[in-house]
Amino acid sequence: MKNSKSLPNQKKTLGQTLNSQGVAGYVFILPFLIGFLTFIMIPMVLSFGFSFTRYNILDKPVFIGLDNYINMLTQDDKFWKSFGVTLYYAFFSVPLRLIMALAVAMLLVKNTKLSGFYRAIYYLPSIIGSSVAVAILWKRLFASDGVLNALLAFVGLPSDTAWLGNSSTAIWTLIVLAIWQFGSSMLIFLSGLKQIPVSLYESATIDGANGIRSFFSITLPMLTPTIFFNLINQIINGFMAFTQSYIITQGKPRDTTLFYTVYMYQNSFTYSKLGYGCAIAWFMVIFVGFITLVLFKTQNKWVYYESEKR
Amino acid sequence: MENYKIKKTSSKVIYHVFTFFFAIVMIYPLLWMVMSSFKETAEIFKTAEKLLPASFDIRNYVVGWQGFAGNKFSIFFKNSFVIAGLSTIGAVLSSAVVAFGFARCEFKLKGFWFACMLIAMMLPFQVIMIPQYILFNKLGWVGTYLPIIVPQFFGQGFFIFLIMQFIKGIPVDLDEAAAIDGCSIYGIFIQIVLPLVKPALVTSAIFSFMWRWDDFLSALIYISDPLKYPVSYALKMFADPTAGSDWGAMFAMATLSLLPIFLIFLTMQKYLVEGIASTGIKG
Repeated sequence: MKNSKSLPNQKKTLGQTLNSQGVAGYVFILPFLIGFLTFIMIPMVLSFGFSFTRYNILDKPVFIGLDNYINMLTQDDKFWKSFGVTLYYAFFSVPLRLIMALAVAMLLVKNTKLSGFYRAIYYLPSIIGSSVAVAILWKRLFASDGVLNALLAFVGLPSDTAWLGNSSTAIWTLIVLAIWQFGSSMLIFLSGLKQIPVSLYESATIDGANGIRSFFSITLPMLTPTIFFNLINQIINGFMAFTQSYIITQGKPRDTTLFYTVYMYQNSFTYSKLGYGCAIAWFMVIFVGFITLVLFKTQNKWVYYESEKR
Repeated sequence: MENYKIKKTSSKVIYHVFTFFFAIVMIYPLLWMVMSSFKETAEIFKTAEKLLPASFDIRNYVVGWQGFAGNKFSIFFKNSFVIAGLSTIGAVLSSAVVAFGFARCEFKLKGFWFACMLIAMMLPFQVIMIPQYILFNKLGWVGTYLPIIVPQFFGQGFFIFLIMQFIKGIPVDLDEAAAIDGCSIYGIFIQIVLPLVKPALVTSAIFSFMWRWDDFLSALIYISDPLKYPVSYALKMFADPTAGSDWGAMFAMATLSLLPIFLIFLTMQKYLVEGIASTGIKG
C-alpha cells in the first residue's frame, strides 16, 4: 500500500519494508509456515523414513528396506481385513448419511414455527456424536441386555439378537452411529437449498414438471458442488474413524469391526512396531490421496457449476 | 374452498407428526441416557424399555463424581477445561492472523502456501499421529499437555478458511482509508479487521472448544498419569470392566461430560449454524 515506488533511488526504512504487502504477508502467515513445517512436514518426512525400518522407539531404528511394505501387502491378513472393514464402513455410512441429510434438509426447508426446534434436535447428534460418552452409550444400546432389545421385547418382537457379538450386525451398529450424525451435512444442504432461486421451480411447474421431476432436474444438480465437497471430506473422515471402533467394539467379533486406524494404533503403540505403523499410515495417505484425485478428475462428469452454463 | 382448507390443514398435521416423531427417535438414545442416570443401577437394564425413572435420584452423580482410584471427576473436568481453553485461545488467535495474511496481502508463493494450507486442512490427524508422536517423544513432551496444545498455536486450516471468508466480506475501502490516515498494515489488522470479524472468531472458538473437549485420541496417546486425564479419557477408563460396571454412575458422568457442549450448543447455535453454512464444510 505505502510502497515507495515513487522513490526508486531511496533505500526503504525498516518500517516501510515491514509495511509492504510482500513482507507483511509473510509476517502474518508465519505461524502457519512454522506449524506446517514443524508439525506436518518434518513428521511426514520422518515417518516416511521410519517406514523402511524396524523401530520400537526405545532402540535405534534398523533399516530393513521394503520389508514393512512387503510384509503388510503380502503376509498380513489383519491389515487387509481392517482395510476391507474400513472400506465397507465408509462405502455405506457416507452415502447413507448424505442421503439422510438431504432428505431431512428437504423436510426442514419448509418454514414453520417449529423449524428452529426441529433443526436443533436433528443437529444435536452430530455435535456430540464423536464423544466418548456417546460411544459408551452406543455400546449399551446394542448390548444383548441393552435398550434396543428391551424395546423390541416390549413390542413383542424377537429380542435375542447379539447386535455387537454377531459378525454381520456389529459393523452396522457403527454405521448407524455414523448416519445418526447427519446433522452438520443437513445444515450445509439446508443453506444450499435456500440459495436455489424459487423462479427455477416456478418455471418448472409451468412447464408441467412434478415434484419428483423438479427434484432430479433442479434440486439435485444445483446441489452437486456441495455434495461433491462433502463426499470427499466425509470419505476421508470415514477412513479416519477411530473412537467408535476402539471403544464400542474393540474390533470384535473376529476383527469384523477392526478399523484401519485402530489396527495402525495397535501396531504402533500396543505392539511397539512404530516402523510398521508408519508404513500403514503411508499406505493410507496414498490411498486417500488417490480417492481424492479420482473424485476431482471425474467431477466434470457429474458436478454442475452454475458459472459454466453462462 | 373448504375442501382445500381441510387438505392443507391435514397435510400440515401429517408433516408435524412425522417430523416430530422422527426428531424424538433421533434424540431418544440421549434422553434414555440422561433419564437412566437418575435410575438405580440395578434398575437401569431391568427397565431399559422405560424412559422415565421411578423417582429422580441424584445418588449416581454423587457416587460418580468420586471417580476412580481416588481421582475425582473435578480433576478431570479441570484438566479438560485447561486443555480445551488454552487450545482454543491459541487456535483462534493464530488462525485470525494467518487468515488476514492470506485474505489481504499479496506476496510471493501465496498460491503455493495457500494450497499447503488446504492440504493441512484436509489432512486428518490420524495420518500424522504416529510421526508426530515420534517427534514429540524426541522433544520429551510425551506425558504432558504440550503435544495436544502447542500445535494449536500455529493456525488451524478450518478456522483460517472460515475467518478468511469473513474478511473477504469487509470492503477494502476501509483498509485503504485507514492506510491514507497513516495506519500500518498491522494497525489495520488489529484496529479495523479484527473487531469486524468477531462473529467468525466466536464461531471458531466454539468449534475449537467442542472438538478439543471431545478429543479422546490424543489423550490416549500422550497422557498416562490419571491426574492428567481429561474427561473423555477418564470416562473411557471409568467404563472399563475392571473399574466395575456401575452404569448409573457411568451415565451420570457421561451426561455431565456432555453438559458443557450442550450448553454451548443451546446458547451459541446461531454461530454454529452460520459457521457451517458459510464454509460449506463441517471441518
